[in-house]
Amino acid sequence: MSTAALQDQQQPASLLRRVLLQGRYEALAMLRNGEQLILAVVLPLLALVGLTVTPILDGMGSSRINVAVPGILALCAMSTAFTGQGIATGFDRRYGVLRFLSTTPLGRGGLIAGKILAVLAVLCIQVVVVGLVALALGWQPAAAGWLPGLGLLALGAAAFTALGLLVAGTVRPEATLAITNLLWILLGAMGGIVLPAERLPAAAQAVVHFLPSGALGESMRAAFLGGAVNGGAALILLLWTVIAGAAAIRWFKWN
Amino acid sequence: MVRSPQSPVLSIHGLIKDVGPLSSLDGKMLRVVSGVSLVAERGQVTALLGANGAGKTTTLECAQGLQKRTGGSISLLGQDPDTGGASLRSRVGVMLQDGGLPPSARPLPLLRHIAGLYANPWPLDDLVGRLGIDTFSRTGVRRLSGGQKQRLALAAALIGRPEVLFLDEPSAGLDPQSRQLVFDLIAELRDNGMGIILTTHLMDDAQRLADYVYIIDGGRNVAEGTVQELLQRSPVTDHGTDHVRTLVFEAPSGLDLAAVLPDDVDVSEARSGSYTVTGALTPRHLSALAQWWEAKGIMPASMSLEARSLEDVFLDISGKDIR
Repeated sequence: MSTAALQDQQQPASLLRRVLLQGRYEALAMLRNGEQLILAVVLPLLALVGLTVTPILDGMGSSRINVAVPGILALCAMSTAFTGQGIATGFDRRYGVLRFLSTTPLGRGGLIAGKILAVLAVLCIQVVVVGLVALALGWQPAAAGWLPGLGLLALGAAAFTALGLLVAGTVRPEATLAITNLLWILLGAMGGIVLPAERLPAAAQAVVHFLPSGALGESMRAAFLGGAVNGGAALILLLWTVIAGAAAIRWFKWN
Repeated sequence: MVRSPQSPVLSIHGLIKDVGPLSSLDGKMLRVVSGVSLVAERGQVTALLGANGAGKTTTLECAQGLQKRTGGSISLLGQDPDTGGASLRSRVGVMLQDGGLPPSARPLPLLRHIAGLYANPWPLDDLVGRLGIDTFSRTGVRRLSGGQKQRLALAAALIGRPEVLFLDEPSAGLDPQSRQLVFDLIAELRDNGMGIILTTHLMDDAQRLADYVYIIDGGRNVAEGTVQELLQRSPVTDHGTDHVRTLVFEAPSGLDLAAVLPDDVDVSEARSGSYTVTGALTPRHLSALAQWWEAKGIMPASMSLEARSLEDVFLDISGKDIR
């Protein structure tokens, strides 16, 4: 490098390019990670098959698969945005990756934007894979449900991303690993995400409506089963996003 | 943009940093930096020298915008690092003490990604070749040796062709070959006008690399100067303004050197037959010693004369107690 080269003042790449690059980098990192792939794709597909071959959802809608798929899509959002993203961020924090990247032109804001973008990109892939498998299994979504369904799925991903970052930014990565995996199992089984609240014990039903998992599961079923928007559930998701986002901004520790 | 050659790349005045509240201090704040001031120039290596926990890394992290300062002022390339934004960050390279590299990444894709964040990065092939990263460019970061990781972290800090480079303990984990490579590159970048600020607790690093040294202890500046200036400081037990030197020689044990040498120098026989004479040695001292050896028929088995090392200066200033 010549002296002359040093004297042209360096400029950052454009904000859009920085965020897109970081989103692509993080999305590829997630897709290359075997455990993340199992969580993001394999387990939701197994759950989908399980719900279509057992009578557990019988009587809730036009067919087992029509009731099952919206919940499975909601589960995908929780896998990627909460558990996958939370664990990755927790370990990035441990290894100083967040601190290093925040000294580059990317900065803290760009880093968070890149993570959100990566979550949305992986979620798109999940929707395509799960959707194609479901269509092959006979899924007949309400045509009017796609627009509100995908919009609410993105809102759910935002709520779970904020929650994942809140956990990852406040406790050790080993604890993040334990908490996000345990909650994935608990909320997945009992949180109203794949099993509608009506199929849960009476004591759980009152709580489930107010959980992000229950709210996302219900709004997805309302959209894809009936083409409707469940305003109450959407409001609860929005509240979770705002509160968890504010808490993450307040308490996230970068080092 | 017209730039004065005199404008420092970094100036810090009266930096104060409190951390906490800490439960170990009954919920009180701990002051880890209490009034550090320093100036770093373009085309110079400025070293912050101090023991572990002296406040070096905290000072750097405040300058890098990674930690918010409690008090004092910081000007990095004329801007406040807390508000400088992406345009300031693009002109500053940072190598953190723990590297900050994701263990699952591979060196070349990682560097290519970071390069993309800059409008005009250092050509990747050139940088990778310069730091010998091409030999492990596809090996996962978690399988790299300490020296390989350090070289990769340095490449990540340099890829944006920064005007200011921060290096936190740059020689940690480096084998002698890597160390030479890294030190040569640092010297070349310095000669090309980069302002380099490094922390180290290794006196030898500072002695080899630094144009100007700040000794930090207990969160404060305790001494500063060029390496030469620091070496010429009189020790606390002042013998005058002459340069302090140390003479070490091996000879038969039990010699009564104190009878021969004036009492303005310290004499010790650290182990049997190994003598150390420290003080403002002059030709008169050496002559007295040589005449005495001649008279007694003594020929030392080995002998060396050294100026004080930066380590001696450091220990004089910051005390020898383990903290």
